[in-house]
Order: sequence, then C-alpha cells, then structure tokens
Amino acid sequence: MSRVFMKGTEAVAEAAVRAGCRFFAGYPITPQNEVPEYLSRRLPEVGGVFVQGESEVASVNMVYGAAAAGTRSMTSSSSPGIALKSEGVSYCASARIPMVYCNFARGGPGVGSIQPAQQDYLQATKASGNGGFRMPVLAPATVQEAVDMTYRAFDWADRDRTPVLILADGVIGTMMEPVVLPEMKSDEEVAAIKESKKKWACIGHPLDYAHRSWIEPGQWSTQKMQKCNEDAAALYRSWEKEAEAEEYQTEDAEIILTAYGISGRIAKSAVNLLRAEGIKAGLIRPKTVYPFPNYAYDKLDYGKVKAILDVEMSIPALFVEDVDMAVKGRCPIETCLCSGGNIMSRDAVIAAAKKIMEG
Amino acid sequence: MEKIYTRTKTIQEDKVSGFCPGCMHSTVIKLVGEALEELNLVDKAVCVQGIGCCGLHMDYIAYDDITAAHGRACAVATGIKRTNPGSLVFTYQGDGDFASIGLAESVSAANRGENFTVIFVNNGIYGMTGGQLSPTTLVGMKATTAPKGRDPKEHGYPMHMCEILNELKAPYYLERTSCNNPANVMKTKNAIKKAFQYQMEGKGFSMVEVITSCPTNWGLDPLKALDFIEEKMLPEYPLGCFRDRSKEEG
Amino acid sequence: MAKGKIEVIKERCKSCGYCVKYCPKQVLAIGKEVNSKGYEYVYAANPDDCIGCAICGRMCPDGAIDVYKL
Repeated sequence: MSRVFMKGTEAVAEAAVRAGCRFFAGYPITPQNEVPEYLSRRLPEVGGVFVQGESEVASVNMVYGAAAAGTRSMTSSSSPGIALKSEGVSYCASARIPMVYCNFARGGPGVGSIQPAQQDYLQATKASGNGGFRMPVLAPATVQEAVDMTYRAFDWADRDRTPVLILADGVIGTMMEPVVLPEMKSDEEVAAIKESKKKWACIGHPLDYAHRSWIEPGQWSTQKMQKCNEDAAALYRSWEKEAEAEEYQTEDAEIILTAYGISGRIAKSAVNLLRAEGIKAGLIRPKTVYPFPNYAYDKLDYGKVKAILDVEMSIPALFVEDVDMAVKGRCPIETCLCSGGNIMSRDAVIAAAKKIMEG
Repeated sequence: MEKIYTRTKTIQEDKVSGFCPGCMHSTVIKLVGEALEELNLVDKAVCVQGIGCCGLHMDYIAYDDITAAHGRACAVATGIKRTNPGSLVFTYQGDGDFASIGLAESVSAANRGENFTVIFVNNGIYGMTGGQLSPTTLVGMKATTAPKGRDPKEHGYPMHMCEILNELKAPYYLERTSCNNPANVMKTKNAIKKAFQYQMEGKGFSMVEVITSCPTNWGLDPLKALDFIEEKMLPEYPLGCFRDRSKEEG
Repeated sequence: MAKGKIEVIKERCKSCGYCVKYCPKQVLAIGKEVNSKGYEYVYAANPDDCIGCAICGRMCPDGAIDVYKL
C-alpha cells in the first residue's frame, strides 16, 4: 500500500471514510478545522453526508441521530468543543449507539489557548458526560497511529454499540507525516454494515410494537435503568483484556518514563538519548488510556526500577493519577510537566530523568 | 352498523397515555397517528421526541421513536433524515424544547431547509417540570418562575415561532393550528397530513405549530382551559397558514 | 331513531368533558361510575339522539369513544 504525506487531521478524516463512515457533523474550532473541511469535499465523493452544525452541541446530536439510524458516523472537535458534546455522547452511551469522535486537545481551561496540550485527560477517560458511563479512549502518538486507531474505532464502536474517543492533540492534528492509509471499505461492505443494524435502527418499521425501533437514552423504570447500567458495567469490565501499551526497553530499566500521545513520543526519544549516556531508561506509553494498561506497570521489576517519571503536557498533572493507581506505591513517581499550549521539551525530560538518577 | 371512528392503531391497543385530563398532547399524537395511517407512512415513520411532556409518549406509540436531548430534536432529525431520505421523520416538541433551549437547532434546521417536519406543541408553559415560564408564556400569565406573571420588562414578550421561521427563505410550509374545538382539530390533522406529504415529496422544511392547553399548570379545569385558549392564547398566536410554497408553485 | 351509536372505552376516559361540551345533540354526560384510575367516565345519556357525526370521537384526546353509523 502506498505511503502518502498527510496532515494528522486530514489523515484521520480519510481513515474514517475508509472505515465506512458516511456521516460527519462538526463545527469549526482550532486546531482541527481541516477535519470538517476535508470531509465536506470527501464525503460527497463516496455518497456520504457532511453537515456543518450550528454548534458542537447540534453536531454531536446530528451524529447521535445518524448513528441511531444505522450509519457509521463521526464528529470531531477540540477541548471546549468536546465539553459541549459531552451530553450528546452520554446519550449515545446510554442508548448504546455506536459513534466515533476525536479530540485534538488544546490548552485550557476555558478558551485556554489554541496550541496543543493534554489537559483533557480526565474529561476523556473519567467523565466524558453525565451518568458515569465509560468508553474506549485511544491515544495516538503518530499520524499513522491516529489513522489506524480511527479505522479500528469504528469496528469497536459497532461491535459493542458504544461511543469511542480518539484522544489526540494539536501536535498530532497539525503535523504532516508519511502514512500508509488502510483499505477502503467497499460500497457493498458499507451497505452490509448499515443493513446489519436495520433491526434496531430508527428508520421506520412495520407497525408492530415488539419489533419497532425504540432508541432509549434513559428509562422511566429505575429497575430498567439499573439493569442498563449493570449490562454496561459488564461490558466495560470486558474491555480490560483489550488495554494496550507500548513497552520500550523496560526489561532492565532503572527509570521508567511514562506518557501518552505526543508526550509519549518525545519521552521515547529521551529514552534513546539517556540510554546513549549509559542511563537505563525505559518507556511505558499507553495506547488505550481507557481501558488503562495496568498490566504494563505490573510487569515492571520494582527491584530495579528506582522511579517512574510521568511526562505530561498538563498542569496540574492528570494522567499521573492513573499511573499512580497502576503503580500502587511500588516506587516513587515524579513528574515533568508543561501546559497551556507549550509543547513538552525533550531536554526537559532528559534533565528531569537525570536529576532523579543522580538524586 | 359500521364503525366510522376509532383510535388509530399507531397507539398500542392496551395503552392509555399518561397525559393529564384534557391535555392535547394526546390529541396531537392521535392525529399524527391518523395522518400516518391515511398516508400509508406508518412503516416509514420516525418520531424524534424532545424532552418535556412532549417526550412522554414513547411507550404509547407503535412506530419508531428516538428521544433527543432537550432542545436537540431538530439536530437529531437532521442526522436521521439526511442519511435516510426515505424515512418519514418528524420532531415532536414542546415550547421549551423548540423555542427555548432548542432555538438555535430549530432556526438552523429551518434555515437549512432540512426535509423533515416539526410538530411544535405550544401550551405557553413548562408542563413536565411543573409550570415554569416559557418563551411562549403570555404577558401577565403566572408561572412558577414568574410568580407575579410574565412582565416584559423582565421576561420579554411571547415568541411567535411561525412568524420567526417565516422570515427564513428555505422553509416550505408553516402553519399554526389549535385543538380547542372540533373544526380546529380537523385543521390540525389536515396540516399534519399536508406537512408529511410535502416531506415525502422532498419539498423541504415544514412545521405545524399547535396551540394547546395545560390545564394542570394553567390552574384551570380542562373546559376553562379551552376558554383560555380562545380568549387569551389565540389572540396572541393567530391561527392560519403562514407559508405554503405549493401555492406559489401554482 | 338514533342514526349513530357510541361506545365508550371506559379505561381511556379521563373525564375532561370535551365530548360532552361539543356533542351537537347533548348525547353524552359525565357518569357517576369511575374507571380504575378514578375518573368518572362519560356515557351516552341520550343515545337515541346520536347522529353518528363522530365529533366526540375526534375531540377525545385519548380516543376513548368509538363511533358507529347505523
């Protein structure tokens, strides 16, 4: 398959189309404007539908509608826009409607800044909307990963009838890299996917109470609501075995750098440079930040590992909370942080690691 | 002996709605069902319910139904209709859902000329939540959040959605009816049928605004509420067809 | 002789009185008996005057009245 040089936002958009996404609604917000721009050209080419919603709130609800009517659907935004979409995502989670959405995260809180950041970690993994639902959250560190994760997200969403979030950031979104694009799903495959949802999709059914489509984002009966929550909780537990992390040079490591997304990539190059200076560094980079890859931290030899260095573009640190839960106090955790749109500096990471090793 | 009138089969045989006595939500839902049956569209029907009293009949009807978040029915309907043009998609919303929290979605969908139908039930009050002020509450009308009555200096004036949407270029059909007497009930049904027909002919955005009562939160018994419609609501919300492009097409 | 006949499905009646008000022949009246929800449901007080116009059926929000032409 051919390699093409593509910008992250456009690569994610193309990956979605190749995965069979045939409806996108979105709203302009830096740093992901190219997603709606790209799809406003591309979707009509494949018989898909693009709508620029009047707001992020409208856009996510258009996706809820299209997805509830059987079409693979996506929206994307950035930080404050993602906050506006939280109710819509909660409706999809409650009504078990598959959809994919992307956050090209930027500085915050509030309007924050338009440069890249990782300050939405808790929003993404802990509370993407009301009601305590969970969903798969995939964190790409390269444009290639963003493409592959988006492509996979649609299958995961359909398989488990759940929203799936791609937690990217402004760097992944706006940088260009060579990338290999996945196979384009044929029109027949796309039609078959929609056909497979016909039983529950709200598109009209013969007059028959038992077999009509009824998309319920809530219940009048509290017993039924609890049953929905119990079924969902069982599904969330089943995802544990699908947690994934990149484990790099961790076997003999005396210091483990841990980070996700672009910080993970920067930390990896720091590991290489530290190794060149004789410092046994390793990296754990979660690819799924929900389900969180606790296993990677359990596999560490805490006899050898002096400390874990959390590298994060967020002040206060947020991702470190999941790391802390995974490490369970088996060794100290230090942090190397920046935020507000500042991009993590590899030298700062190296300096922080050295300080720990000398300390 | 020939049965000439019975309740529409689009309402489940054994069900009675939970609406209050005299509540015209029941009436409008019945008329929607009759329109769907007479146009042979039941198998294509998708009701996008708002939140409020307008969103209480999902377990009562027998055709496809999706509950939208409060105010977002027009966005949800956009997503459904654009990806399933063959379906008969309509939103069923109250005045809070359509004209307050959902105003941006309502006006934007109308302005885009989305090819679905809005059934907008306007009773000038928030019913489900117990009688709060609504954008369509009349001046002087009391509400639990306007205890001294709606005062324009503080709460502004009642919103006229047919007139507002009539300022937009795209909408195809806009009519306001009521259900306060048999003649108006028939007009409401005919308006709903016309809106559904235009939709299936791909003509674009259509809306039927139905002036109804809320005996419980108006603090009136059903029959006095009918008088309130006649004497107070209809002067503020004049009935009639604001736009029917088929007439212009000749 | 009645030209029409009504049949009240008493469980659906909520005693709102619309049918009583708009029946052109004053056939209907609110009854004394109550349904399972406690509503005094309507009945045909003057069945012989019924002309089968179905106004009651159409006005009834909950479709509690079936109407027949004789």
